[in-house]
Amino acid sequence: MGYERQPDFGTPLSKSDEQVSLTIDGRDVTVPAGTSVMRAARECGGDIPSLCATDSVKAFGSCRMCLVEIDGRRGTPASCTTPVEPGMVVHTQTDRLAKLRRGVMELYISDHPLDCLTCSANNDCELQDTAAEVGLRDVRYGYEGANHLGTTPDLSNPYFLFAPDKCIVCSRCVRACDEVQGTLALTVDGRGFASLISAGTKEDDFLSSECVSCGACVQACPTSALMEKSVKQLGKPERSVVTTCAYCGVGCTFRAEMKGNQLVRMVPWKDGKANRGHSCVKGRFAWGYANHQDRITSPMIRDSIDQPWREVSWDEALAFAAGRITAIKAQHGARALGGITSSRCTNEETFLVQKLVRGAFGSNNVDTCARVCHSPTGYGLKTTFGTSAGTQDFDSVEHSDVILVIGANPTDGHPVFASRMKRRLRGQDGKPPAKLIVIDPRRIDLVRSPHIEAAHHLPLQPGTNVAVLTAMAHVIVTEGLADEEFVRARCDWDEYQDWARFVSDDSHSPEVLEPVTRVPAAELRAAARLFATGGNGAIYYGLGVTEHSQGSSTVMAIANLAMATGNIGRPGVGVNPLRGQNNVQGACDMGSFPHELSGYRHISDGETRSLFERDWGVALDTEPGLRINNMLDAAVDGTFKAIYIQGEDILQSDPNTQHVADGLRAMECVIVHDLFLNETANYAHVFLPGSTFLEKDGTFTNAERRIQPVRKVMEPANGYADWEVTQLLANAIGAEWDYQHPSEILDEIARLTPSFAGVSWDMLEQRGSIQWPVNDQFPDGAPVMHVDGFASGKGKFVVTEYVPTDEKTGPRFPLLLTTGRILSHYNVGAQTRRTANTAWHPEDLLEMHPVDAENRGLKDGDWTRLASRTGETTLRVKVTDRVAPGVVYTTFHHPQTQANVVTTDYSDWATNCPEYKVTAVQVTPSNGPTDWQEDYEEFAERSRRIAEQEPAE
Amino acid sequence: MSGSTQDHLVYMANQIARNFAVRGDDAAVAATADHIKLFWDPRMIAAIKGCETAQLSPIAAQAVARLQG
Repeated sequence: MGYERQPDFGTPLSKSDEQVSLTIDGRDVTVPAGTSVMRAARECGGDIPSLCATDSVKAFGSCRMCLVEIDGRRGTPASCTTPVEPGMVVHTQTDRLAKLRRGVMELYISDHPLDCLTCSANNDCELQDTAAEVGLRDVRYGYEGANHLGTTPDLSNPYFLFAPDKCIVCSRCVRACDEVQGTLALTVDGRGFASLISAGTKEDDFLSSECVSCGACVQACPTSALMEKSVKQLGKPERSVVTTCAYCGVGCTFRAEMKGNQLVRMVPWKDGKANRGHSCVKGRFAWGYANHQDRITSPMIRDSIDQPWREVSWDEALAFAAGRITAIKAQHGARALGGITSSRCTNEETFLVQKLVRGAFGSNNVDTCARVCHSPTGYGLKTTFGTSAGTQDFDSVEHSDVILVIGANPTDGHPVFASRMKRRLRGQDGKPPAKLIVIDPRRIDLVRSPHIEAAHHLPLQPGTNVAVLTAMAHVIVTEGLADEEFVRARCDWDEYQDWARFVSDDSHSPEVLEPVTRVPAAELRAAARLFATGGNGAIYYGLGVTEHSQGSSTVMAIANLAMATGNIGRPGVGVNPLRGQNNVQGACDMGSFPHELSGYRHISDGETRSLFERDWGVALDTEPGLRINNMLDAAVDGTFKAIYIQGEDILQSDPNTQHVADGLRAMECVIVHDLFLNETANYAHVFLPGSTFLEKDGTFTNAERRIQPVRKVMEPANGYADWEVTQLLANAIGAEWDYQHPSEILDEIARLTPSFAGVSWDMLEQRGSIQWPVNDQFPDGAPVMHVDGFASGKGKFVVTEYVPTDEKTGPRFPLLLTTGRILSHYNVGAQTRRTANTAWHPEDLLEMHPVDAENRGLKDGDWTRLASRTGETTLRVKVTDRVAPGVVYTTFHHPQTQANVVTTDYSDWATNCPEYKVTAVQVTPSNGPTDWQEDYEEFAERSRRIAEQEPAE
Repeated sequence: MSGSTQDHLVYMANQIARNFAVRGDDAAVAATADHIKLFWDPRMIAAIKGCETAQLSPIAAQAVARLQG
């Protein structure tokens, strides 16, 4: 597609079922009741000039440009604020209107620079377009009077600028910040001629303000007042491609706007069903890593990890890797080989990596980064509901009355969905706001933010999720608040009764458990009552649920709670895991776990296995393979020798860094396939350069099971898309694959996976996206699951006993450390640290309560030593009462901090998902980095050396 | 928790057993054995069968005894 603005209908779509017919300039048009006259005119092919209207925010009626005449009405009403009425006869272009509009435009232009030719919005400016539409030819007032010309632009934000002289104070930015993003960082300061857009801080710049750099204001701005710096630098894009963001599990649709092979900007796409035209600082702006100087584009090999890397041809690198794999297989057997699939890569790439391991290596030793984030979701939801996935679409939140957020921090981890949730929490379309319950050890932003206040925040002791949820269930069952009609109809009644008996026991009452959970019993009771009786109740959860020794139990406890209250099977309710990475759902769907093939079918299931064996022409191992942590154990024991790791930095993201390092060091062939020489690559023998999501075709599946196309917008800098590299490696060991395009891999997935049976590339091209399952029963996919019954027949209640973690505080380690994320960074930061997002978060900080800080003589900004039984690191402290006394919190975005040096190798009992969220620690004042940090830095530097090439003769 | 692979496996088996214990001994033994069979690789099962039974909790020990080597 060429470059043109997405159509803007001026005011939001009305969701009314009632239709209204009217006439606009002689054209008959029928639209939903509640539609504005402006939108109706634009929907039937006309246009009414406007400046302050855009369809992402409510009508405002301030610019006086969209005036119309309506038969039988006096004056010239603004079409944006005038709803359609049956039989209305509207005139949008009359002499009187032309004169009025020209007069208004004349006033705007009298205080606007006439530098259109050199303006960054030239030919992409609504003010310019509107001036053209109204036929402004002269400004009778001249330009000598009072004006705002020559003001200094605010360049503080790394990605966009604010030029007050280009501003027409239409307030679209202010309203986008209020209504779309929900941060309310901007305001119109002053009145009348003195009105100025302000970020409202003393310094009055964007960077120091509350602004979260989501880009909604830039998107809404009709001029170049708020403009991407990249457009100012590079000029207007010439072509564009719609694709899917590769950051978090929200899966926003963007339009990549290009000049040749150069990305100019990423713009959120209004038709994207996950984001509905919104974006966050990562997807919108933090794409510069794609061409960062650290990116490696040539394959490299070395015999041992103490040698420098040697750049070689693809053929040599693949032959080297294939030689080692083949030799190890011959000597130690197939089970000495394994691979890791990436939740950052496409479904097709993930599918190929597990096919490589199972079909070509000959073992089931395949695992994925979901192991360390949402593997308990897979286990827990499969056990209770029969399907390893969230039950809703994101639109569902618009119908919720009570929203329970547990162990998730959506405004930082899933910001675009958080904005949609916040919209519901502020109340919208005349509906009263939904009520909010937050269960989190830390006072996350959502607990209290502009126009939002949680009805209940339960600041539990880290590690007591199951106890808190069981206590809530206790209240619901013993107070007779359970929806027994739903349970009888939809769930196994005997299992429910067992469960109800268990939770009703006095030992599970909030009062008895209060000393364990540290949640005031009365508050917990009130929260439970609200959830059970407040209408549609929806549960959203994240890694604060899964990354515990009882992660799977907590997921099942959540499912129990949803079933017991009848909150399953319709819009507005459900159990919603907020997935960490862009394609965690997809990676799990694609058979990345060692015990199951795509579509969650166990490897021991002979019928399924033979389906794959026939299709692939190979015999598969019938036994489950090793999980990642067991691969590392087996490596130390000498029975696991080679690993192919696509797009994951296990050294940084997996627990107990030294254990990971020991495992990797013990292997004979470590193949890292990545964009950068990541931390894991320090232990690698083969480095295969990877491609970014901008450089390949394929699909991602987001947290709502939505399969979305990823489209190649530029050529791979390394020469090959990741699926091609896997295919080259497979063929180097004799697999004889011949995929020409990912659509062929998708066809294979559909052929072999019942829940994907109806999916194809062509279908996605037509529909844009679809939520699995897609098959004969659900030809249009399933926005809401379990509508008429659970996938497994009856919903299953599982008794979940609270088993405390073995990680205990004591005199030496009296504090509990929990970890999390921050808005501006993503996961281990490999991408975002290589962008200007570091402006917001240059280092990881340790949050500590003022009492704990004072006891240790620490003040804000001091260096501290953070030590656990596993290891220690240093970082600076931030004193805040967001965390309770006894709890400290940090992020893990920076390799210098290496927070996982400190975390233990305790893990979820069912899935071995690491217990990142609970580590007993001590914090003491420190002078600087630990020995580990210094040694590691030196080692990393040494192991990243690349040998100088001999100059060509 | 650090140590040898066998220590890890013993810990894992005991942890699984502990989480199923609420179901009552017989059901917990069956569930633990099933869980290990569904998710453990053969060399892990072989290794746990070679462990000292004394290290395992009663439920885990009975579950391990049920596993085919």
